[in-house]
Amino acid sequence: MRKIEAQNITNLVKELALDANCNLGTSFMDLLREKIKLEKSNIGKNVLEQIVENDEIAKNEGAPMCQDTGLVVCFAEVGYDVHIIGDLYEAINQGVREAYDEGFFRKSVVDNPFTRKNTGDNTPAITHVKLVPGDQIKITLAPKGGGSENMSLVKMLTPAEGIEGIKKLVLHTIFYAGGKPCPPLIVGIGVGGNLEKSALLAKEAILREVDDINPDLYLRKLEEEILDDINKLGVGPMGFGGSTTALAVKINTYPCHIASLPVAINLQCHASRHKTGVI
Amino acid sequence: MMHITTPITFKDIKKMHAGDMVYISGIIYTGRDQAHKKMVEAIEQNKKLPFDFEGQVIYYVGPTPAKEGRPIGSCGPTSSYRMDPYSLTLMKKGLKVMIGKGDRSDEFIKDMIDQKAIYLQAVGGAGALLSKKVITSEVIAYEELGPEAIYKLEVKDFPVTVTYDIYGGNLVKDEVNKYRTIEI
Repeated sequence: MRKIEAQNITNLVKELALDANCNLGTSFMDLLREKIKLEKSNIGKNVLEQIVENDEIAKNEGAPMCQDTGLVVCFAEVGYDVHIIGDLYEAINQGVREAYDEGFFRKSVVDNPFTRKNTGDNTPAITHVKLVPGDQIKITLAPKGGGSENMSLVKMLTPAEGIEGIKKLVLHTIFYAGGKPCPPLIVGIGVGGNLEKSALLAKEAILREVDDINPDLYLRKLEEEILDDINKLGVGPMGFGGSTTALAVKINTYPCHIASLPVAINLQCHASRHKTGVI
Repeated sequence: MMHITTPITFKDIKKMHAGDMVYISGIIYTGRDQAHKKMVEAIEQNKKLPFDFEGQVIYYVGPTPAKEGRPIGSCGPTSSYRMDPYSLTLMKKGLKVMIGKGDRSDEFIKDMIDQKAIYLQAVGGAGALLSKKVITSEVIAYEELGPEAIYKLEVKDFPVTVTYDIYGGNLVKDEVNKYRTIEI
């Protein structure tokens, strides 16, 4: 049994939160630059140029790329052979507190959805814990803004609606969301499980890297087809019109009930922030 | 590229057409969800407003805290549709320009044209870039709301795109239709 102090978890969460908000990573930035060349609309092209310039300023100056530094979503994979000395959830929240102060990040969490008083330290985070083999802790931190999260949804389709029903739902969701979720988007689609499992699948899907290729051939083809259709919608960068509405579609699946076809769509704005670390 | 200086006159509004890229300079005020709620309540109760709305600009933003030596932190626009229920009341008090991101309701567009006001969009998420266009910033009301307080900003060449104009021009519909090649 490996012992891990809660303080180590706090330190890692702080480091990941500081990095995620200011640095998108090379492969994502390269993809954005490539899209400027391909964008058909001049207004859309100008928007993409502003986005790339913004992300370069953020990286070079350690400034948050977006003022909405988000609600922090934390996926913690904890090995069976780990003994945590202290409280895992509190350790994660403490890391968030420290990062959001030190990084001059916006505190965007209210304590109660009805009375809406700001908690002042951007906690609590939304933490999902998974037990896995081994003696390590792997943490993926994803600060997520309200704009794109607000345009996300879960819908229980019937099995008869099938792939066509899923495609229609995705295209409607993105078309009518227009500029609100800050396109170009990463579109995470969770299919299967039940109501809450599908939402979690969609969230995990947006955390896949943009250049990651789905090992399942069927899903890979479906991801490509849906991406192609989304980019025919004309929504374009920030909804100003154009050919770059989404950068990637990622589909994650899980077995489900014979009567059900749960589908969740989690939209991720172009400020696609997530970082992973291991203790 | 068009340059406009605040406060905004009817002559300025008439010049702007959907799709135009415009640089705004001068004083603009910030305000988002809770500030809008409070301002509309103040109007309903005949209380004093945080500033005189005549010819003014409201930018929907909740900035990050400023680092030492900087006037403001990252300050990109927030989604405008959440302000739709409040906008007519503020336009009737003289508000002329709203800057945010995303499309808005048909009712808003109609009211905006009636009131001879205009809606502009900045690039969502471009908070670090837009912070470079802010010269000074000062909280002037509702400090208790934290990032949702009302700030008075002095901006220079703040980049925006005209989204709906007073002639019925609609960047969202016109441009999207131009590039749309699929039926849904």
